[in-house]
Amino acid sequence: MTSQIIIALLAAAVQSGTPILFATLGEIFTEKSGVLNLGVEGVMILGALAGFVVARQTGNPVLGFFAAGLIGGLAAAIHGVVCLWFQGNQVVSGLALTILGTGLANYLGTAFIGMAAPGFAPVAVPLLSDIPGIGPIFFQHDVLVYVSYLIPPAMWLFFARTRFGLGLRAAGEYPAAATAAGLNVLAYRWLGIVGGGFFMGLGGAYLSLAYTHLWTTNLTGGRGWIAVALVIFAFWRPGRAVFGAYLFGGIMALQLRMQASGTQLSSSILLMLPYALTVIVLVLSSWRKRTSDAPASLGINIAPAE
Amino acid sequence: MRVMKALLVLMLAVWASTAGAAEKEMKVGFIYVSPVGDAGYSYSHDVGRQAVEKMEGVATSYVEAVPEGPDSERVMQNMARKDFDIIFATSFGYMDSMVKVAKQFPKIAFLHCSGFKMAENMGNYFGRMYQPRYLSGMVAGAMTKSGTIGYVAAFPIPEVIRGINAFTLGVRSVNPKATVRVVWTKTWYDPATEKEAGKSLLDVGADVIAQHQDSPGPQEAAQEKGVYSIGYNSDMAAFAPKAHLTAPVWNWGVYYVKVVEAVKKGTWKPEAAWPGMAEGVVDLAPFGPMVPKELQDKVNAEKAKIIAGQQKIFVGPIKDQSGAVKVADGVVMTDPELLGITWFVEGVVGTTK
Repeated sequence: MTSQIIIALLAAAVQSGTPILFATLGEIFTEKSGVLNLGVEGVMILGALAGFVVARQTGNPVLGFFAAGLIGGLAAAIHGVVCLWFQGNQVVSGLALTILGTGLANYLGTAFIGMAAPGFAPVAVPLLSDIPGIGPIFFQHDVLVYVSYLIPPAMWLFFARTRFGLGLRAAGEYPAAATAAGLNVLAYRWLGIVGGGFFMGLGGAYLSLAYTHLWTTNLTGGRGWIAVALVIFAFWRPGRAVFGAYLFGGIMALQLRMQASGTQLSSSILLMLPYALTVIVLVLSSWRKRTSDAPASLGINIAPAE
Repeated sequence: MRVMKALLVLMLAVWASTAGAAEKEMKVGFIYVSPVGDAGYSYSHDVGRQAVEKMEGVATSYVEAVPEGPDSERVMQNMARKDFDIIFATSFGYMDSMVKVAKQFPKIAFLHCSGFKMAENMGNYFGRMYQPRYLSGMVAGAMTKSGTIGYVAAFPIPEVIRGINAFTLGVRSVNPKATVRVVWTKTWYDPATEKEAGKSLLDVGADVIAQHQDSPGPQEAAQEKGVYSIGYNSDMAAFAPKAHLTAPVWNWGVYYVKVVEAVKKGTWKPEAAWPGMAEGVVDLAPFGPMVPKELQDKVNAEKAKIIAGQQKIFVGPIKDQSGAVKVADGVVMTDPELLGITWFVEGVVGTTK
């Protein structure tokens, strides 16, 4: 492979990793508050539809992008209602949210299939995009990719350096102690769920507004589930989520490029790569006992106030 | 919880209401695997349905996005119980369900698209899409500068392999040194993956992108790179006006109207129908403005030969990828051979595995 092809591959890795990155960051945000949301796939696809429809109706993709976040937060709030108000099982509720979100988006979106909407086109960043190697890989994308660069450091700062961030983590680690310290754990968990849903919605919108400029049924194609696995791979750290998402995006892009460059390997084997990687990653992280990095009260509902 | 329940009830109510039908003389039902708005495969069938709808004394209805398997059986049974006279199921995976339902309702005419099974009241049909694919290959072969053409393809099944082969034969008829690189996506409809597959082909130097996929994802990839594309299913020019050279397209209305007329007259008999350009079931979409007039004339002349039956496309000598002669000089491949083809012709880069 020439260096040109490798650079194209890495640039493709960043782009195909971006929707997964948004969703993974969303799930990290939610899980840090102690709530497991397996509804990522459903929230993402609702976001993808909302972004597309709003961009189409208003002619403004930026509005579409934010609408996707809002609808994502709203969809995730269903999970909040079930788990925080009614103490429902988080696993079951999350799975239901995936099924509901996918079904609802496919139903509501039928009328929009095959239509055109304005979206984001690549914009090279001045100066930065001229750096050999780095420039074409990281700085010749659409604006949403650049937005996704800002979120991990911001999220890290939020968790490590702000009162709200610490409160959110306390709600996920030791809710009883947090309550004793006078924190409103329920409110923090709501923040975790709705805030996480916001990012998942953005991830969906990336698919319908930037990656392609189309809406169709099952547009997310299982990327939400990959995000769930990547949270564990990232040990719940926003910085590592970037690495995981690009690695994953890179493998997806690589298998297509291996085919394009005329490999004799079976395409079925190549298509297994991303999923095989997921399994390997999960096995490795549990083998290294890094699952103990999970928020201590993840998936455990807090007892309702007496 | 109450909100969820209300939502579910609402969804069910709306879903159920889509399966209604008007009361006229003859009822014709269509079952599609994807939504009709997909601008692709199901859309092309629905354009055919609309031609039937315009017929005197015929009412049509359709159910879209029906998953292959048990769900499709329920949909067919539902139509049959409502006294439909003809049911068209337009995806391969409906085949076994249709065989089952056809047995239970012997008075109804069942037609299955792209399969190979038949029954006393069930026929199958498909179109010779490889004919316009050959012509679109001629266009691609003449328009490429790099000599590398990309082909984004769904699944390595005979239908798709046949199309790639015909396309490549078309490419090489005008450009003997050009190669066609194939990338499998293993999906019929996933715009993001299809677009990425198109980009991966552009990265290895392809400057025309063709597709056997139902979304315009690969068209977008070609347009963004400023190169050319060949669509599929329906005229995809709207998605990539600067890139779209032409597209092999379906024109199902011709066939559907004929079948409905035959059933009306009582002359219909189950058969395995494989109509082509001569019958008008498949065609080539209008050329884009960038296709030179001489090339258009050349392709149109070849089209006339196909319609007249003088150009059979799969005529020997045909070599496979290793260069071995698979079809001897002057031999024409038979329909069963074409329907079961699993090897690539010379000039294709990629694997059928």
